[in-house]
Amino acid sequence: MTKFNYTAKDFKSAAEVRWCPGCGDYAIMNAVQKTMADMDIAHKDFAVISGIGCSSRFPYYMSTFGFHTIHGRAAAIASGVKSANPNLTVWVITGDGDSLAIGGNHFIHLVRRNINLNLILFNNKIYGLTKGQYSPTSDRGVITKTSPFGTIEEPFVPGQLVLGSRGTFYARAVDNNIKHTQEILAEATLHKGTSVVEVLQNCVIFNDGIHEHITDPKFRNERQIFLKKGQPMIFGEQEDKGLIRENGKLKVVKIGENGITRDDILVHDPSEDNLGLQIDLINMALPEFPVAMGVIRSVEAPVYDQEMKKQIETVQQKRKITCVDELLQSGNSWIVDGENCNEPVKFLDNKCFG
Amino acid sequence: MKDTKVIELEEVAIRFSGDSGDGMQLTGTLFSDTSALLGNDISTFPDYPSEIRAPQGTVGGVSGFQVQFGKKRITTPGDLAHVLVAMNPAALKANSTYMNPGGTIIFDVDSFSEKNFEKAQFKTNDPFTELKLNDFSLIPVPITSLTKESLKELELDNKSILRCKNMFALGLICWMFDRPLDYIQNFIQKKFGKKPLVAEANLAALHAGYNYGMNLQHATPQYIVHPAPIEKGIYRNINGNNATAWGFIAAAEKAGLELFIGSYPITPATDILQALAERKDLGVKSFQAEDEIAGICTAIGAAFAGSLAVTSTSGPGFALKSEALGLSVMTELPLVVVNVQRGGPSTGLPTKTEQADLLQTLYGRNGESPVVVLAASTPSDCFYYAYLSAKIALERMVPVVLLTDGFLGNGSEPWRVPLMSELPPITPRKAKNPETYLPYNRDPETLVREWAIPGMEGFEHRIGGLEKNNAGGVNQDPDNHQRNSEIRAAKVEKVVDMIPELEVIGEPEGDLLVVGWGGTYGHTISSVRAMQGKGKKVSLAHFNYIKPLPKNTAEVFSKFKKIVVCELNLGQFASYLRDKLPGFKYEQVNKMKGLPFSVHELVENFDKLLEA
Repeated sequence: MTKFNYTAKDFKSAAEVRWCPGCGDYAIMNAVQKTMADMDIAHKDFAVISGIGCSSRFPYYMSTFGFHTIHGRAAAIASGVKSANPNLTVWVITGDGDSLAIGGNHFIHLVRRNINLNLILFNNKIYGLTKGQYSPTSDRGVITKTSPFGTIEEPFVPGQLVLGSRGTFYARAVDNNIKHTQEILAEATLHKGTSVVEVLQNCVIFNDGIHEHITDPKFRNERQIFLKKGQPMIFGEQEDKGLIRENGKLKVVKIGENGITRDDILVHDPSEDNLGLQIDLINMALPEFPVAMGVIRSVEAPVYDQEMKKQIETVQQKRKITCVDELLQSGNSWIVDGENCNEPVKFLDNKCFG
Repeated sequence: MKDTKVIELEEVAIRFSGDSGDGMQLTGTLFSDTSALLGNDISTFPDYPSEIRAPQGTVGGVSGFQVQFGKKRITTPGDLAHVLVAMNPAALKANSTYMNPGGTIIFDVDSFSEKNFEKAQFKTNDPFTELKLNDFSLIPVPITSLTKESLKELELDNKSILRCKNMFALGLICWMFDRPLDYIQNFIQKKFGKKPLVAEANLAALHAGYNYGMNLQHATPQYIVHPAPIEKGIYRNINGNNATAWGFIAAAEKAGLELFIGSYPITPATDILQALAERKDLGVKSFQAEDEIAGICTAIGAAFAGSLAVTSTSGPGFALKSEALGLSVMTELPLVVVNVQRGGPSTGLPTKTEQADLLQTLYGRNGESPVVVLAASTPSDCFYYAYLSAKIALERMVPVVLLTDGFLGNGSEPWRVPLMSELPPITPRKAKNPETYLPYNRDPETLVREWAIPGMEGFEHRIGGLEKNNAGGVNQDPDNHQRNSEIRAAKVEKVVDMIPELEVIGEPEGDLLVVGWGGTYGHTISSVRAMQGKGKKVSLAHFNYIKPLPKNTAEVFSKFKKIVVCELNLGQFASYLRDKLPGFKYEQVNKMKGLPFSVHELVENFDKLLEA
């Protein structure tokens, strides 16, 4: 029984969507709108905050309160929105350039503080809006307009950055798998704290096919592993492959070979505070490993905006000063009332101040 | 008794000076508070090095605190001190040029050793001759050894004993100026409540210093400074940063909004963040951000979410905030940015005062990006200008920059605290009708848009940093951008209707109009009064409203033969006036020493201008 009976349509604005035809952003937006409708939270309480980049046009296409801010600062502005009013449901829409380059500092500190909002990191490994320069997630050696001879730097792995920033929620999804993306977004909305969802997104114009070796639906079950809480880490078209730990490292094994049974396969528990395993899962890469999809980490920790509220409430329970008049007269104040004293004069006369 | 030289004074300035670890700031503050409680008007000037601890005994490590108090209105901490307390030779060297001729120098003779002369880079073993101070009344006091002597009964290590030297000096000065010790005693007992031995030691040193003055009164003059006749009311001492913080709290209460500060520590503005972080009891939300940019951005987010949002900073931090300030110009969200100016450029002189961020504030952003600019002029009126900044931001949906400076921020003065009922109302422009609401529909008179915040049903809308149409959607049509640019400029100009006319202190016409702005008020008013006292036709026009300028500015200027703009930069306000009111000739007095003006140098300049 839902309170509002919203559909995805209730979250679409009238503005014409202007992403390139075939852009992965369309699919992600549909998933977000569907997720919002399912959350059953009043439409007026959503705020969508974005930075700069192709994906950051997102708020204009939503019918909720929205704020298209400046490059890199969405995380900081959203932190202010949520801290000021924890009752709002805040979403941050950002990209690999926006959050991992110019806004890197805000991104890691948002994650560290664990402010209760949902952040979708559109990772297309390129600067699209400026027409094709390498980004902090571009692979070493990649040739772009600003790296005509190949980049000479290592890319960030967003999940590592989230966990290194003491992140409490990290998930990965793919733009062409709407159903799964939607499931992951739904889990992100349930998490109390900063949920970072990295979506591998295709830029049809400047980086077409960059994730294709991973995301091609034909090989989806072979090249991606969908991690689910409480389920064994199994993948493959025949569901015949799984992950085990051997000598402290992850290893792909085939069930039924070398005496391996389903019971030997690792069971996924994102709620366990197990940074080592979670980092290993994040690091898995083709061809040795499938790429991990789903909620990789989701642990409980104090939530900044709630702590801020609580601290004020605690102090106020024992407060001696309840209003500004009391504040001004508190502490070392004294009364002047001598014979040679003048009557007080208002500093601000009301002539102009209304 | 007959030997005591009793000097009756209108006002007196004392400078406490020692190593930055000697506790001079505390000593000065306690003496100031005691004087204010006695009914003297006071003005203080802490002058400390930017290094936490420069090498002991060197000139670079000298920390000073000057206080002027008197029986009349005190507007500056005094150009030159009448009395200097020098804890070591370096302190003497650092301050010798800031002394009134013939003044009194009390020095810790124990520390005037060859080793310390060397550290302070004296060439000889006679610093007084070297600094030409022989005409001064020199009072050698064995502060170190007497402190040790007075604490010998206590079981304290040598380091803790030496830490009490400042209390000995304070006791002595209290005797000289006839200050009772009870306020200081209470303070010590409260501060060291958990360390009774330390409290006892400090009290013993304080009394020893006081008694030393009394017993050796033939050597030390005693001064009498009567209380000032001031307005009735409840008073407290306040520094500019605290007053600024409290002004925002008052504005939030008046407006019925939550106060949110997003900020990053930076000298000399940090105290504002600290003072607000302390006020959880009044519901203040303080967010110490990861950097200056996040400081303003969290505040912008809070403004979008419906709080009274402020951010505090100083010059370099203000530079970092400029892009985001442009966002609040474009989105027309209410925001107050306080810039407690310090010496620049770059890291510059972090602990010293300057007024050189004016042009940065007015113009230092990309695009046509007008903001309202206010400047406070005394430590206590920071409260009122912070309050007004918030009022203008909330009622006109515009970012406001409040300029103070290190001199105001750290300086303190007694202040008659107002009642909340004395302050004008603040009516935020909250949207009322969801049927007709568009984020950039405007009041035809003031051009102000309405504020609808997330959570208000039926008001869902989008805003952003791109040029927009009335609905908040992206619109980059040429005519639309032209129109919006003009509207944003006009909206700021229309704030002129909210602000009072420019006041002339002195006759409304004359030979010379002294023009100042912001934190130089104490010195400009003192120098103008000095000129008037000499019978000169000199008046003062002091600006608190920089953009827009008060309506009657040109009219005021037109009544004087000469105009001189005095500021702690190389002529920024003068150039702004030349641009805005080109019909006048503006003479300039500028200073870039990291220090306030002195009344003396201003008077000298004015005399020259009148003769020319």
